Amino acid sequence: MKVLVAVKRVIDYNVKVRVKSDCSDVDLANTKMALNPFCEIAVEEAIRLKEKGVATEVVVVSIGDKACQEQIRTALALGADRGIQVETDQAVDSLSVAKLLKAVVAEEQPQLVILGKQSIDSDNNQTGQMLAALTAMPQATFASELTVADGKATVTREVDGGLQTLELTLPAVVTTDLRLNEPRYASLPNIMKAKRKPLDVKTPDALGVALKNNVKTLKVEPPAERQGGIVVASVDELVEKLKNEAKVIG
Amino acid sequence: MTILVIAEHDNAELKPVTLNVIQAATDIVKSAGGEIEVLVAGAGCQAVADAAAKAAGVSKVLLADSAIYSHQLAENMSLLVTELAANYSHILAPATTTGKNFMPRVAAVLDVAQISDIIAVESADTFKRPIYAGNAIATVQSSEAKQVITVRGTGFDAVAAEGGAAAVEAISFAEDAGISRHVADELAVSDRPDLTAASVIISGGRGMGNGDNFKLLDGVADKLGAAVGASRAAVDAGFVPNDMQVGQTGKIVAPELYIAVGISGAIQHLAGMKDSKVIVAINKDEESPIFSVADYGLVADLFEVMPEFESKI
Repeated sequence: MKVLVAVKRVIDYNVKVRVKSDCSDVDLANTKMALNPFCEIAVEEAIRLKEKGVATEVVVVSIGDKACQEQIRTALALGADRGIQVETDQAVDSLSVAKLLKAVVAEEQPQLVILGKQSIDSDNNQTGQMLAALTAMPQATFASELTVADGKATVTREVDGGLQTLELTLPAVVTTDLRLNEPRYASLPNIMKAKRKPLDVKTPDALGVALKNNVKTLKVEPPAERQGGIVVASVDELVEKLKNEAKVIG
Repeated sequence: MTILVIAEHDNAELKPVTLNVIQAATDIVKSAGGEIEVLVAGAGCQAVADAAAKAAGVSKVLLADSAIYSHQLAENMSLLVTELAANYSHILAPATTTGKNFMPRVAAVLDVAQISDIIAVESADTFKRPIYAGNAIATVQSSEAKQVITVRGTGFDAVAAEGGAAAVEAISFAEDAGISRHVADELAVSDRPDLTAASVIISGGRGMGNGDNFKLLDGVADKLGAAVGASRAAVDAGFVPNDMQVGQTGKIVAPELYIAVGISGAIQHLAGMKDSKVIVAINKDEESPIFSVADYGLVADLFEVMPEFESKI
């Protein structure tokens, strides 16, 4: 069984985001970039499926300019077999990404596509579901447990009220939540090996996808700052303030 | 223009977040005119439709009552919503795990971009939404013919739950995609209010030390009628289950009173609770970032002060 994992290059999650002074966007100049954390969990899950003998090949795809090859190499160092970059320097929305991935799915014919549930930059939480819709595949988002057997994927999902388990007919799309696994670190020998693994570069044109972006960002602002309050000295003072000043307890 | 709001429910009751989404729809109607209809899709959910019909501003409720929709599987929900879509300029659902699950599927089938997690309506095509875990707020304008939108409930007030008298119309469309199957739910059962609906929340973090110590919060929660939450650190450490997590990747809450106990205040947690009206932080480390957003901070060992706090409220 072939597993396709889609990954995104985003700002490193440890970096504090700043808005540009002209409010046109966030300032990403000279910031550290990394593999989106949810995508890293997706890569790890695919590799574990291969280690269990369920998956035979793990293919990683990313969409972006040449810089995203760095994140593909990271995934290859973690244990993926082969990479595909769909090269574009345009900002692409989730729907266009899903269309590009659909074209890659048509070429690669994976039985399972694993993606992160969302990227930590645009926070859209759309691509996996859109890909599933465009390819008429079933989906399980926010996965915290995944088993694959007999042409089915059984997936436990993190939902608002607790956990929900679904059974999907393969091929299927799964998106990862935080508790699916803890990604490994790449070892130095594997980082070296990853440099020699195959990485194909394709273009949206070659995949027959016209990119569009019908949602325009007019403005990006910092959020309203919340004023810090006071430090109280005792439980008595705290209870007094909550009762008489904030009036939130009776 | 007519706006379709997709109701959040558990087949028995209408979830309050639906009323916040109806407010977002009302804001769109205010700027562009039009009507608001609500879709209730579920199984044995007549009571939900009746409740939705009473919500202020709703002109019609569509009821798709079939076993096919009992768990609101994304594949079946998207078939239903796209079937109905032609009649609507906007389709809105709450940004809950249910709404986030099926709405992008709807958008993709309709071949339009989706706008996720809006917190304000500027006009019929322009919305505000948080990006980078709430560290920036983007104003976005969509030129799509149809707007598919998920709404962050805490960004909008709830419309009145009573007072309306919309007609309920049954929908016969019921198509099973047949590619996914619900196996089981393992839902938390609690006498306490839902995190997303509670007016008081008390949350514990890594400082709680273990799951047993969350009992220290239970007593306070019982006295205040509060929901009990947790930080991601507490969930990841295995103290409590994931459905208790408040934060960017858990639940986004905005109660009247939020009490953070033994929580340092990582960005990801603050993103989930900083819109609360009054924030109290109890933490022994005075350098914790949680104090920078707290209205009232108490620098103290939680194990010493929590029993006292419980006895004095």
